Amino acid sequence: MLAVRSLTKLFGSFAACNGIDLDIKSGEIHALLGENGAGKSTLVKMLFGVLAPSSGQILWKGEPVRITSPGAARRIGIGMVFQHFSLFEALTVAENIALSLSPGISLSKVAEEASRLSHLYGLPLDPNAHVADLSVGERQRIEIVRALLQNPELIILDEPTSVLTPQEADRLFETLAKLKAEGRSVLYISHRLEEVQRICDRATVLRHGKVTGACNPRQETPASLARMMVGRDVASVSAAGTNTKGDVLLEAKHLTVPSRTPFAVALKNVCLKVRSGEVLAIAGVAGNGQGELFDALSGEYPVTDPAAVSIRGKAAGNLGITARRLMGAGFVPEERHGHAAVTTLPLSDNLVLARSQSDRKTFLAGGLLGIIRQAVVRIASKRISETMDVRKSGENPAAGSLSGGNLQKYIVGRELDRQPAVLIVNQPTWGVDAGAASRIRQALVDLAKSGSAVLVISQDLDEIFEVATEIAVISEGRLSDAYPAHDLTREKIGLLMGGMYGKTEGEVADAH
Amino acid sequence: MGMIEAILLTVITAATPLVLASIGELVTERTGVLNLGVEGMMVMGAAIAFAVTQMTGSPYIGILAGIAGGALFSLLFGFLTLTLVANQVATGLALTILGLGISGQIGEPYVGMSGTKLQPIVIPLLSDIPFLGPLLFKQDIIFYVSIALVLGVNWFLFKSRAGLKIRAIGDNHGSAHALGIHVIRTRYLAVMFGGACAGLAGAQLSLVYTPQWVENMSAGRGWIALALVVFASWRPWRLLAGGYLFGAVSISQLHAQAAGIHIPSQFLSALPYIATVVVLILISHNRRMTQINTPACLGKPFVPDR
Repeated sequence: MLAVRSLTKLFGSFAACNGIDLDIKSGEIHALLGENGAGKSTLVKMLFGVLAPSSGQILWKGEPVRITSPGAARRIGIGMVFQHFSLFEALTVAENIALSLSPGISLSKVAEEASRLSHLYGLPLDPNAHVADLSVGERQRIEIVRALLQNPELIILDEPTSVLTPQEADRLFETLAKLKAEGRSVLYISHRLEEVQRICDRATVLRHGKVTGACNPRQETPASLARMMVGRDVASVSAAGTNTKGDVLLEAKHLTVPSRTPFAVALKNVCLKVRSGEVLAIAGVAGNGQGELFDALSGEYPVTDPAAVSIRGKAAGNLGITARRLMGAGFVPEERHGHAAVTTLPLSDNLVLARSQSDRKTFLAGGLLGIIRQAVVRIASKRISETMDVRKSGENPAAGSLSGGNLQKYIVGRELDRQPAVLIVNQPTWGVDAGAASRIRQALVDLAKSGSAVLVISQDLDEIFEVATEIAVISEGRLSDAYPAHDLTREKIGLLMGGMYGKTEGEVADAH
Repeated sequence: MGMIEAILLTVITAATPLVLASIGELVTERTGVLNLGVEGMMVMGAAIAFAVTQMTGSPYIGILAGIAGGALFSLLFGFLTLTLVANQVATGLALTILGLGISGQIGEPYVGMSGTKLQPIVIPLLSDIPFLGPLLFKQDIIFYVSIALVLGVNWFLFKSRAGLKIRAIGDNHGSAHALGIHVIRTRYLAVMFGGACAGLAGAQLSLVYTPQWVENMSAGRGWIALALVVFASWRPWRLLAGGYLFGAVSISQLHAQAAGIHIPSQFLSALPYIATVVVLILISHNRRMTQINTPACLGKPFVPDR
């Protein structure tokens, strides 16, 4: 149906896609595998007319085509569901859908057709709801229904399950199976090997902008697929597995925080304890209060009740982030760019910004003047880069010039370098390639082994099972009890994600 | 004509330029562009409309010239902020300062001249309605246009496909671009619509409100119009109501003086802004509604990646 011949996209002298060949047959689910930065997004953006190829050919049903805009792609029969939804929050579901349809269709007709299609494919939607009020899963349904209304022959899905609960993902897979049965093709972009093996007929693997393999994913093992993606074997993380219950180093007691904005989640009576040597992982679907929990625990938004958060046994709920750092805690927030690092500043300056108070004596000279000891900072920065295997261009480049994985390794390393007694990490490996992710996870496990308390907030169940000794689930701002990691299965976590908070383990098992 | 009727007539005259300038700015802001140059575009419209009326003898040609002048002047803002991606706030402020300067130059030969007042258009039958007739149906064309614009913009934004696109661009210009909507082109048109409306508002000042040219005769009405858009939370109906409220407040100092009530005029001229602050505090309680009405991309520059 669709064939791509030696397609290349240059950004300056950098080839994001370099001579890509790809064939998609009709009625197949074709996986596009690759690490972040492998060129998957660039490739599909060219297929959908968002980016113009530098050279190469796209053949649609055997005919060479030039896809100059998303509209042109839709006209020939290509639909796309973006990873970062291209929805308009202030508009209703029907209005959002109408925008992508050809003109001349009345809004009421769109609403009718949308609800018909959404029921047909098992994706229930209320056409008159405002997108701002919908969950991430519901938003994705809008995107899918929007693409389906065009009656496309090829649907491109960019990392569709990264925001879904396992149950929601299952429902999506059923929809994809229906589409396939109708003879439509699906190009499924993912780095989740298990999913690809489960639903995809064929797979094309990209690395550094080149095709490194084409295979039937069901005949491969996760390890062999990972090798194609990464180009080498991925080190598996050895879990902490410590049974010695140490002191409670981080505790939240009845932590309740009202929502700051209309779309934020309120935290409701969150209780948690992390002991020395433990890695508590908090699972949950995006937008269930993870960011708010991190803000409250790190002190970005302190709470009024000092006793709600305690670090190493001392009340810290009303203290700011610097005070909590001085108490021996370290924090790695979710967004690398702009939150954890100032992208335009070199790594050494980013190091000083984070640790100028906690390592005041080391990094600053001149008492109140606070003159930065550049030489000392650079040595520390170099030490962090070496320990975490940060690959960078030059000695001390701007943070923004590093790839996502390398910057994340640096940011995690920046905290680990202090040997914090308590480390709180939000989405430690979001958008990070497999090699860097395993390095970061290992570092978190090692920190716990050395006697610190580690709290990991993550949406990636694979990651959670790799690092956690205890697992709790956050749903709509409520935190479940923590269960030992080896007592939990994906299904149980999925049920907890669906909001069955506060039940005992037995009840969860019964519900299953 | 009774006392109340006379007062209401002055309120209408004072409110019309505010409604006009702000309905244009509302459309501009709905596409996500913040043009702080309303004051400058308005005063340009006033000077050009007055000058052309004096030259041609026809206030209608003057009005058209004022509209064209405002639109062309706003094109400068569009080029700087949309094509060259200059900062919208700084460019808007510059446009106001520039407009006040250039209009002074254009209007200089006409200082002190008595102008041609735009004559009302009497609508038969309707104007015979007691009380309301003379108020609403014995008005000049600019008043009728101002009401029609509010109705038209409300229909356009919320019922038409083009209006939906405008709201989409203002909410998320990146997604709108990905859908194949022409973000920059639409914003140019919206900026020029805003300029045209501000120019028409200016023409009302120099042809109806006070039929003469005085330097800086917009006298801060452009800023009130900007406040009015926020006051109305980007909804045309609320804008109409707010425009008349602000118009009444701004004219009340004259009536208060005439009636011998001593309220400091500074307080009365500050009232529209105080009202805006109060309304902002009140509507901020319903954050969901605010978020749905406020263009999320307001003031953010857009550069398509390609």
